[in-house]
Amino acid sequence: MESIKDKVAIVGMGCTRFGELWDRSAEDMIVEAAEEALADAGIGIQDIQAAWAGTMFDYTGATIAKPLKLQYIPVTRVENACGTGIEAIRAAAFAVAAGVYDRVLVVTYEKMKDYGFPGLPNDVERLPRRHPVFEVGYTAAGNYALAATRYFRQYGLSNEEGKLTLAKISVKSHYNGARNPRAHLRREVTLEQVVNAPMIAWPLGLFDCCGVTDGAAAAVLCRAEDARSFRDDYVTIKGLGVSVGPGQGYVRTDYDYTHWGETEHAARQAYEMAGIKDPRKELDVAEVHDCFSISELIACESLGFCPKGQAKEDIDAGTFTQEGELPVNISGGLKSFGHPIGASGCRETYEVYKQIQGKAEEPSRQLKNVQQGLIHNQGGLPGKFMCCVLIIGAP
Amino acid sequence: MESIKDKVAVVGMGCTNFGEKWGENADDMAVEATKEALEDAGLELKDINAAVQTTLFTGETGSQLARWLKLNYVPVSRVENFCSGGLDAFRTACYYVASGTYDIVLANGTEKLMDHAGGFGKVIPSSFDLPGVDHDLPPATTFAFFAVRYMEKHNISYDRMRRILARLEVKNHHNGTLAPKSHLKREITIDDVLNAPMVTYPFGLYDCCGMSDGSASCIVTTPEIAESLRDDYVLVKGLAIANGAGQAYFKASDNTLIGGGDKLEANFPETVNAARSAYAQAGVKDPRKEVSHFEVHDCFSSTELLTYEDLLISPFGKAPEDLEAGRFDLDGEQPCNTDGGLKSFGHPVSASGIRMLYELYKQLQGKAEKRQIKNPKLGLAHNLGGVCGYYNVAVCLIGGRD
Amino acid sequence: MIGITSYGAYVPLWRLSRDAIAKGAKGEKAICHYDEDAITMAVAAAADCLHGVEREKVDGLIFASTNSPYKEKQAASIVAAGADLRRDIVTADFAGSLKAGTTGLRFACDAVKAGSAKQMMVTAADRRQGAPLSAYDQDLGDGAAALMVGDSNVIASLEGSYSISDEILDVWRSSDDTFLRTTHERFAQTEGYVKVISEAIAGLMKKNKLEAKDFAKIAIYTPTARRVADVAKKLGFDAKTQVQDVFFSVMGNTGVPYAMMLFVAALEEAKPGDLILLAGYGDGADAFAFRVTEEIEKVRGNAARRGMKKHLDSKMVINDYKTYWLWRGLLNPITEEGFLPHHYWKTSPVMLWRERDRILRFRGGKCKACGAVNFPPQRACGNCGTEGQFDSVRLSDKKGTIWTFSMDYLSSQVEVPIVCPLVHLEGGGRFQVYMTDCVAEEVKVGMEIEMSFRKIMVRDGINNYYWKATPIRA
Repeated sequence: MESIKDKVAIVGMGCTRFGELWDRSAEDMIVEAAEEALADAGIGIQDIQAAWAGTMFDYTGATIAKPLKLQYIPVTRVENACGTGIEAIRAAAFAVAAGVYDRVLVVTYEKMKDYGFPGLPNDVERLPRRHPVFEVGYTAAGNYALAATRYFRQYGLSNEEGKLTLAKISVKSHYNGARNPRAHLRREVTLEQVVNAPMIAWPLGLFDCCGVTDGAAAAVLCRAEDARSFRDDYVTIKGLGVSVGPGQGYVRTDYDYTHWGETEHAARQAYEMAGIKDPRKELDVAEVHDCFSISELIACESLGFCPKGQAKEDIDAGTFTQEGELPVNISGGLKSFGHPIGASGCRETYEVYKQIQGKAEEPSRQLKNVQQGLIHNQGGLPGKFMCCVLIIGAP
Repeated sequence: MESIKDKVAVVGMGCTNFGEKWGENADDMAVEATKEALEDAGLELKDINAAVQTTLFTGETGSQLARWLKLNYVPVSRVENFCSGGLDAFRTACYYVASGTYDIVLANGTEKLMDHAGGFGKVIPSSFDLPGVDHDLPPATTFAFFAVRYMEKHNISYDRMRRILARLEVKNHHNGTLAPKSHLKREITIDDVLNAPMVTYPFGLYDCCGMSDGSASCIVTTPEIAESLRDDYVLVKGLAIANGAGQAYFKASDNTLIGGGDKLEANFPETVNAARSAYAQAGVKDPRKEVSHFEVHDCFSSTELLTYEDLLISPFGKAPEDLEAGRFDLDGEQPCNTDGGLKSFGHPVSASGIRMLYELYKQLQGKAEKRQIKNPKLGLAHNLGGVCGYYNVAVCLIGGRD
Repeated sequence: MIGITSYGAYVPLWRLSRDAIAKGAKGEKAICHYDEDAITMAVAAAADCLHGVEREKVDGLIFASTNSPYKEKQAASIVAAGADLRRDIVTADFAGSLKAGTTGLRFACDAVKAGSAKQMMVTAADRRQGAPLSAYDQDLGDGAAALMVGDSNVIASLEGSYSISDEILDVWRSSDDTFLRTTHERFAQTEGYVKVISEAIAGLMKKNKLEAKDFAKIAIYTPTARRVADVAKKLGFDAKTQVQDVFFSVMGNTGVPYAMMLFVAALEEAKPGDLILLAGYGDGADAFAFRVTEEIEKVRGNAARRGMKKHLDSKMVINDYKTYWLWRGLLNPITEEGFLPHHYWKTSPVMLWRERDRILRFRGGKCKACGAVNFPPQRACGNCGTEGQFDSVRLSDKKGTIWTFSMDYLSSQVEVPIVCPLVHLEGGGRFQVYMTDCVAEEVKVGMEIEMSFRKIMVRDGINNYYWKATPIRA
């Protein structure tokens, strides 16, 4: 097995504003994101040789072929629950690395608000057709709450300490999101507001949960050796890891719910490929899958940003804030952007791509001297995750 | 762009019996198919570096395959492309290997259709991006559009068309009786077809494929590793997909069957585009001479007939002649659907593409028993999915090693 | 000798204060939780009856109720699956009449007597509904009973039985009615209940040469708290010493299982040698005389059995008519909808059938290679990866502990928040499950639970049953 490090470049990206886009169809969003990405790469739709669609709820590649009027080229739909965004980039990257295409397009999107989703769906694998709900149908919040309850207990946090630690994560994400014009929720919140918010799934309250949003994001990929013909400030794929768990949390009683095993495996693959030994030092920015505040906390540990059980200290110390040692979710995260499932991974990549180029839209959010960053995208539920870790950087 | 030709090898394949498997879950079928593929390749589950799962209706995410098989934290992705999911998953797995990232990759297609009354005929969504209150045409009707246009274009009477299609289904039924894993195993006569109840003009019951549950698995690797595993591995020669973008609705005068242009260049333009791309990769100049056997997506009888032409095997308008001359029979010059096709196997949506490869592979290895054809060299699989105007067509070419 | 070999009962945890129905009304009535119906209560009573019984040796099951959730489709087969009985048994629904339970008992006794079954279980359960704020609304309670009839290890031998068939419209409900209907109360009770059940009991005594004083206890159906005294007086029984307490002030008239539940209560107090009368009423009447044997101590000694006393003692009282109405599914039909309004959600009868052992019997797979219990059953073992080597194991009778949990405010519209624990079962096995019959604030990591058969929801006319966890009931 070889590595694809520095073999595939991202030369264009696009991202819609995220939000409750009642007046925009999935096709509107697809076209907007793709057009921005193509314009960013300086090419036209006719230059694209193959495409990948990332969506959880829509069917087939035709969903993007139709609005973009792609002319009989290959279009594949990739789906891996909440990890769909990065999976689509990954499938495209392998095809480019295999040498069979020179210029490919990835479009990821989700139209959540056309149906009456009051929150993220429960067990996504049973949705939409897998099974009658004759058994447990916890909400996603309910599933992640299991991890929060267990984490507090394992590391001796009282419910109040635990809630406050999680609240700090949400306060930070809201702060960042308030500085991002494409975010859905652009409002700072206080610790008191977070702690006292209505309960969703104890111990997770309203502000511990990400929003439900429409959005789309797109990317243009090419071979690294051709990248300079598009632009000077292209970025390359440094590391790529995916891990899918065998559902151990559902059968094995030694699965402890306080670390994400799939994230550890995926991160290991990505770090190995990128040659990263100390992620906390070597990464300049990280976008982490924070569908819930507890998701970000545990992900930071499982990605090796801090030792297990010690995220609280780093959160208290501000390690993951904009001024901190390793800014996490500088975009505002899923917390501020919401989570149009298929689009999130690609949207996170968009932020890291812009940070590396020094082009974060709102200057107050731009970090200094970003060389490489990590994107973490996680699907499924605690106990049976799939996880994607993508590392991109300046060539 | 480079060609994929000879960069990826198939070393193991497995396939369940197809049928109404009331007593089996998706996991039962996927495990059975994968076990056969692993045994065929002489590999174990722990040798798998990555996997691609495909299904249209049967659950979501790659996680389910990991959970069924107990794969240990390796990457598993899910691709979906309607009825072409099977061949697209195979294609994705091949790119994984060709990119150099993984050595041994598993592709599995599984579909459990029969758990819901009406099967997939009732759950195909209507046109894309509509609120679900629009018209909702069942597949038989949209495919009938093509049959009707074909009759009009080539001035074929209804009675004559029914006879041509009947000839085709008699062939597929016959082949199905020789395939141990097929669903329908019954010889039929031309009269059976002609006298069957109508489904939608001009299709009768026997013009429609069956409904089944099934699963199929495939293991791909590099030719170097394949060399160490077995002598009779099979090489990938070409992988192509083409998606329609609604041209049938928006470019009404193009030279396609539905478009209505004067100079016919394609019945299903997606198929012609995919086929041209796959032939170019494989270096095939004259498919009528070079393709030794092929499996096509015969969801309805006329789809197979029209596809002979779109694959550039029969000249436009000449497929009926070739068919009636026996060209596509088991003992003909270019046998088609040697295992009985979707007609005999039914169509568990995403499993079908890999099931087709299973047949091509067994033929290439000389292991097709009573169905064995003479001199198999280059096999072609054709998967067609989606709805009218937005079909996605996959064409894969595999061949024996030199 | 044939007769009763084991008994069980079930009274829901929840009681509605009658004050909620009519200000100042006294006492409580037992009510189903929102996820209970006649079938789930029958499964619970059957489980209570099966303590100390080898399930593999039960040859038949009768389910008696006026409230089967299906008009066409058997309920007994669901109860038999919930009770995890063998497949080669006979099952039957006895329905339509308030005496369906005692009539079922009579047929079970006849089957054992005839030798076609060694052991038959008779379950009875009802969840009847009076019109809002009516007298019925105050009187009727919910509950279930189960009696095992057999020919060995008999704890109460059958001394005789006597039945009457009588056509009268005193209580009825057409297939289109939601609520019970009745006519002049005095007509119904004097020409119906008192007259007919007395006729059956007198016939039993005459046929078997018994007198009122021979009986230690009489356990007979009564429509209201006081009517039973009229029957006792008419037949010469002493209302104070011989009539079994009818629990009217703590439970209410439970309908079909009522007489059997009172009989279970009598057995809980009986001495060997006692003669006990059991009589059920409805479109006629059935009367039985049972003689208690020495074997009773063995069955009574099984601490796991809750019977009537423990079930009645363990309760949670609500005084809120709106909640009661919501639980009955009468405020609006939201209990019949899933959480998400997704138009693809359909119940697949094929899947329900294929996975019936897991869903209804709550069976897991125990890996033959490493012994790990996998639930839900897996194709390959979650612990050691061995493929397809499992023994099917019953998990419904296992206790467990909560390993972690949340309280979900979105998953249910009836129970908010709904407690969602991750459970570890004794002997292995881990799963997520809904919790019911609990006080959310009292749930803790490490808390002990047991499993209870419940109705998850109704969709497309399909009643979807599955198991939930409950705190260990006192």
